[in-house]
Amino acid sequence: MRKTRTLLAALAVGLLTSTAALAGDVRVMWYSDGVEGEVMKDLLDRFMKENPGINVILDNVAYAVVRDQLPVQLEAGEGPDIARVTGLKALSNHWLDLRPLVADAAYWDTNFGEQADWMRPDGSNQISGFMTQITLTGGFANKTLFDQAGIAIPGPNATWDDWAKASKEVAASQQVPFPMVIDRSGHRIAGPSISYGANFMGADGKPAPLDEGAKTFLTKFVGWVEDGTMSKDVWVSAGGSTYRAGIEDFVNGQVPFYYSGSWQVPQLSTKIGTNFDWVATGSPCGPAACTGMPGGAGLVAIKYTKNPKDVAKVMDYLAREDIAKEFAERSLFLPAHKGVIEKGLDFKTDDAQAKAALDIFVKATTTSSDIAKKMPGWFWSDTVYAALVSRVGQAAAGEMKLDEAFARIDTDIAAKVKDSGR
Amino acid sequence: MKADVPGKTGLGIGEVALVPVRLAMGLIDAPLRWLQRVAGISGMAAFFLMPNMLIFGIFILLPFFINFAYSMTGSTALFLSDRTFVGSEQYARLFDCRNYLDPNTCAEDTFWTAVANTGWFVIIQVTLMIVVSLVTALILNRELAARSFWRAVFFFPVLLSPVVVGLIWKWILQRQGLLNFSLYGFGFEPYTWLNDRNWAFAATVGVSIWAHMGFYTLILLAGLQAIPKDLYEAAEMDGTRPARAFWRITMPLLAPNLLVVVVLVLIKAVQIFDEVYVLTGGGPGTSTLYLTQYIYETGFAAQLRNPGLAAAASILMGVVLVVLTLLQLGLSRSSEKKGARK
Repeated sequence: MRKTRTLLAALAVGLLTSTAALAGDVRVMWYSDGVEGEVMKDLLDRFMKENPGINVILDNVAYAVVRDQLPVQLEAGEGPDIARVTGLKALSNHWLDLRPLVADAAYWDTNFGEQADWMRPDGSNQISGFMTQITLTGGFANKTLFDQAGIAIPGPNATWDDWAKASKEVAASQQVPFPMVIDRSGHRIAGPSISYGANFMGADGKPAPLDEGAKTFLTKFVGWVEDGTMSKDVWVSAGGSTYRAGIEDFVNGQVPFYYSGSWQVPQLSTKIGTNFDWVATGSPCGPAACTGMPGGAGLVAIKYTKNPKDVAKVMDYLAREDIAKEFAERSLFLPAHKGVIEKGLDFKTDDAQAKAALDIFVKATTTSSDIAKKMPGWFWSDTVYAALVSRVGQAAAGEMKLDEAFARIDTDIAAKVKDSGR
Repeated sequence: MKADVPGKTGLGIGEVALVPVRLAMGLIDAPLRWLQRVAGISGMAAFFLMPNMLIFGIFILLPFFINFAYSMTGSTALFLSDRTFVGSEQYARLFDCRNYLDPNTCAEDTFWTAVANTGWFVIIQVTLMIVVSLVTALILNRELAARSFWRAVFFFPVLLSPVVVGLIWKWILQRQGLLNFSLYGFGFEPYTWLNDRNWAFAATVGVSIWAHMGFYTLILLAGLQAIPKDLYEAAEMDGTRPARAFWRITMPLLAPNLLVVVVLVLIKAVQIFDEVYVLTGGGPGTSTLYLTQYIYETGFAAQLRNPGLAAAASILMGVVLVVLTLLQLGLSRSSEKKGARK
């Protein structure tokens, strides 16, 4: 009797304290930029009706949780069964190989093959998951402010200098605090740097020291922050590699030009509504290219799952052409599924501005430079972005000279390479 | 109630409530007596201290030793077993500096910037916190109208989560925040307080004082209320001026509480993190980057984490805290001895 009681007590304690998924439970860690969390919940509810034996739990978390806490959980061999992540390559040794588990691996290769390398260890043919959306960095202009100022919106081949000049004129005319804003992120300033000729990748696959292309754009950028052309609020009022978006200033009509990316379109559509007219502009040009940075968020299976077969069923369902199409159309995201792209999309929005913006981003993918296309699948890209944002932030805050910042970027990256032992 | 009446028999509610306690005591009495015979009186002291020591050992000492072990290892792996032993390399990296007064000459410049920022923060915040808490406690100790209400008002921020504190003040201080809105209303130009290095630093000091002073005020208030009133009455009868009474009666008798407050404020100031992280994120640049944030970012938030370097920095921070606390305790004891001799 005592033994039975002890066993029952131990079981109860185990059940109460366990965070591991039970058989049939699939836990998904998800963050949202817009409405995609609601769309995903709806899709998963339908999946559970079709598959009553599998219980999918969608944990909606802040992006910071995915960025800061998930990697620690993964290192400890813990975590959810599936996660939506942006750090795809650096953590790829934690992703589950779905190749032997999915119903038709060839279907995955055909439709998601182009980005498969972004999320698997170098040299493997692993199927880790699929991109829930393809993103591309690019600009947005407040058309109403430009129109009211009587200044034409710069054309598709306009340079960063053209945009700075025009935005300054608009800001002065319309008395808004800043002409331009770029999200505080290394990823966001890497694209324009590439347009100025930067190549962050060395011949040996490791990070190369900052070249003249990168230095030229970063010098220009810090100058813009110092002279008030670029918003100080976003870049100066934070430290380290802290991410700050500039979307609030744009949504509130406080800035004529905002450089962010395609994932902001749903938010801009919802938050701006009919308050003012806005357009997507693609990426301004530099001497070498007019490129944005491709990237996106991927849905990956975690190799520490207790239910790999159920996880594969969920992934197979979400990767289905009709489901991928519905997800992209309802969440206003650029899809990664080849078949969906080829057959075309009908984005579910009445907002003509949002539809036009998405079309411009689709078009802009054709002007992405080869270097920019390689960055998402490069192990060291996040390391480079982190060093860029910290040190450029310090230079923008007037804490160090640009030359010192450039030297520090190189030493920071070199130290990380050394620490990693790769 | 019956049992409380002398001469009456039967069990009252109090007696009934004591039954399980007596039963338990009866049960443990025999084994404890046996243990006392075996271990002796001093052994019993150790036995009763053991649960506390066990908790201290598991949750304080063990993590300290694990942390120390991490500080002697390299690589970005999380598990100690996957990490390589590098000896004092992480400490050497932290101390690799041509001029300690100029962080830019150090290999880990952000560490030394964080050390300098924390040093300034501690000096300014601890001084202001003690002065402000003491003045507030002195005021709240007087006969005020609605005294309880004012005491609650000053204590209220202590109940708030640091994240809430950070967000509230961010909404007040940001460019389109409440402060600028008010200034604009009075005809002043708005100012971006959190973009200015000095104002951002001042904001972190001010916000941390606002958030925590209620707690320290409460400790000092308790000390003030424990001072016998007749001492002040006697001083007044002798014609002592209020300022002299403050320095000769209040301060010496408040010294034990003040010492507790100084130690607690100092430790809390060195550990400052959450509200500042939300308010400024360490910026502008690194002007409000404090040691705990450096440790957090190096060990947990940075791309390719370095737990070894973070552990080494936290060990150094712990050593400084222990030294400061011992110094204060030593100073307090020596002043107590001097007071006793007088």
